[in-house]
Amino acid sequence: METKLRIVLPDQQLLKLYEQMFLAREFEERCAEQYTKGHITGFLHLYSGQEAVAVGATAALHRDDYIISAYREHAQAIVRGAEPKRVMAELFGKATGICKGKGGSMHLFDPALNFMGGYAIVGGQFPISLGLAFASRYRGEDRITACFFGDGAVNQGTFHESLNWARLWELPVLFVCENNFYGIGTEVHRSSALANIHKRTCGYDIPSEKVDGMDVIAVYKAVKYAAEKVRESGLPYFIEATTYRFRGHSMSDPGKYRSAAEHELWKSRDPLPNYARRLTEEGIADRKVLDAIEARCKARVEEAVQFAEQSPWPEDEQVWEDIYV
Amino acid sequence: MSEMNYRDALNLALKEEMRRDPSVVTWGEDVALYEGSFKVTRGLLAEFGEERVKDTPISENTIVGVTVGAAMGGLRPVAELMTVNFALLAMDQIVNHMSKARYMFGGQTFLPMVIRMPGGGGSQLGAQHSQSLETFFMHCPGLRVAYPATPADAKGLLKSAIRDNNPVIFLEHELLYNSKGEVPEDPEFLVPLGKADVKRPGEQVTIVAYARMTVLALQAAEELAKEGISCEVLDLRSLAPLDEPAILASVGKTGRAVVVEECWRTCGLGAEIATRIFENCFDSLQAPVRRVSGLDVPMPYSRKIEKLCIPQKETIVQAVKAVMQGKY
Repeated sequence: METKLRIVLPDQQLLKLYEQMFLAREFEERCAEQYTKGHITGFLHLYSGQEAVAVGATAALHRDDYIISAYREHAQAIVRGAEPKRVMAELFGKATGICKGKGGSMHLFDPALNFMGGYAIVGGQFPISLGLAFASRYRGEDRITACFFGDGAVNQGTFHESLNWARLWELPVLFVCENNFYGIGTEVHRSSALANIHKRTCGYDIPSEKVDGMDVIAVYKAVKYAAEKVRESGLPYFIEATTYRFRGHSMSDPGKYRSAAEHELWKSRDPLPNYARRLTEEGIADRKVLDAIEARCKARVEEAVQFAEQSPWPEDEQVWEDIYV
Repeated sequence: MSEMNYRDALNLALKEEMRRDPSVVTWGEDVALYEGSFKVTRGLLAEFGEERVKDTPISENTIVGVTVGAAMGGLRPVAELMTVNFALLAMDQIVNHMSKARYMFGGQTFLPMVIRMPGGGGSQLGAQHSQSLETFFMHCPGLRVAYPATPADAKGLLKSAIRDNNPVIFLEHELLYNSKGEVPEDPEFLVPLGKADVKRPGEQVTIVAYARMTVLALQAAEELAKEGISCEVLDLRSLAPLDEPAILASVGKTGRAVVVEECWRTCGLGAEIATRIFENCFDSLQAPVRRVSGLDVPMPYSRKIEKLCIPQKETIVQAVKAVMQGKY
């Protein structure tokens, strides 16, 4: 039995969740198009299918809370408030990008949004999330750190070192595992002895739970609860959100290791149409309202593409800038 | 001025900076209660308490990563890795994160952090605990690298490193901890990063050295002086940025150079420095540049053969004489 949406959030915020998910999807699909046109190069890891995790979790966090993530992080940055046009410009390698074109798809960062980076070494963000959380506590800030990562990261040494350390130092870190069941082409059962990832935290005395990562409301509720636990106790907490990426690991991966049947099953659980259906069934929005939201998102992403196309390249001298203070 | 050893000079630098700035914190394996494997953090826990002086698990990569995060979050953390050898476990955080965060995030962050690491050979600790890895860090853009030779430089450089807004690898030589010297008492005494120091002026040959190699170079210069050879000993103090102007100025004056490095010879910092000398002052050279290096072998345990692997006063003397004779 699903919770009635209005018990969870007011209408306007419920609609905002839909808008953010649609914006993220639209952004990623246009990225794919721009990649095939050669405007975006390098690695491109798209988030399509996983939107409910970033959107539900971000909505449940405070604006001051730190978010840190891996390399599939466009949506997380945008949902946190990064302008799509500056993110798109970054992917185009333009000087107007969110990191001046020096980071690219995998290294988005905006300290004004407390978005503390996308990191492209699997598991590299774990220790950094601890340091951020320590700094917050040390400075007396009312801030927790939400650390996002995939199922592939849980067999890195840093995962285990950091879970142990976070509990030992009593750090306010919320670990959010986006379990999309595949580390590139290796299914979680083929890489993890205990594939039920959230159970692995018992060795570190960190409470954990599993949530349906295709349901934005379920994610919101779980993260809301978890974030308050972290804030009140100052201790770490762990959420495993089960989800699915509709595309390959990156644009260069056709994803042949997944069966069509599996893909179809997860497609039927697509967080966007399912949430849209709930919004209409519960009378929160009719199709017209949703159409308007979708049109607005499409226009924003189109504007982002235009902006990125028209933006200047970095100047040659910039290659030497920003190495040292 | 007061006389103190290298260890106490480092300890004083930490204390002074922690007193001066509440955002300075320090952590590492056995740093707090045990007061450091080499006792560099003696007295810190008692004076500054558990939130500023912290023991960590044996998780070197995470030690560096936590330090990166804390610096990004507004602190000025100083981490200790028990020895430089363990830094190899942390190379992901050092090379992939610490050195690159500012650049890849378009200059939107900076990391005012220091990673201290004792290192160097000569204590019969065997292959895994005797390494000189300074070149590894020099090779990576985005890092500052300091490696003092004297107690005064140890204090002044560590204070500068802590105040610097860039990530600094701060190397300390294990065999220098008990070496003594005059150290200024002024709490504002700072030694700038990136500036070499002429530890002994001379006319005929420049010996470029750093850390314990500077100490040996000074002993060699003393002996050579008795034979009428005047050596200038240039102590690099910082390896990154390398004080190229100081190197070129000295070699431009003397016309000869010997570079002494404790690290392995192949792709060592001596190769880099010799190349820069050849590229920039070829015309003023009266002899080819010569290197005195650590041997390209894993360090053996037995002291009889360990000695062969590390530059000694005698090998520096021989190299200088060879350069003076134009041999190569």
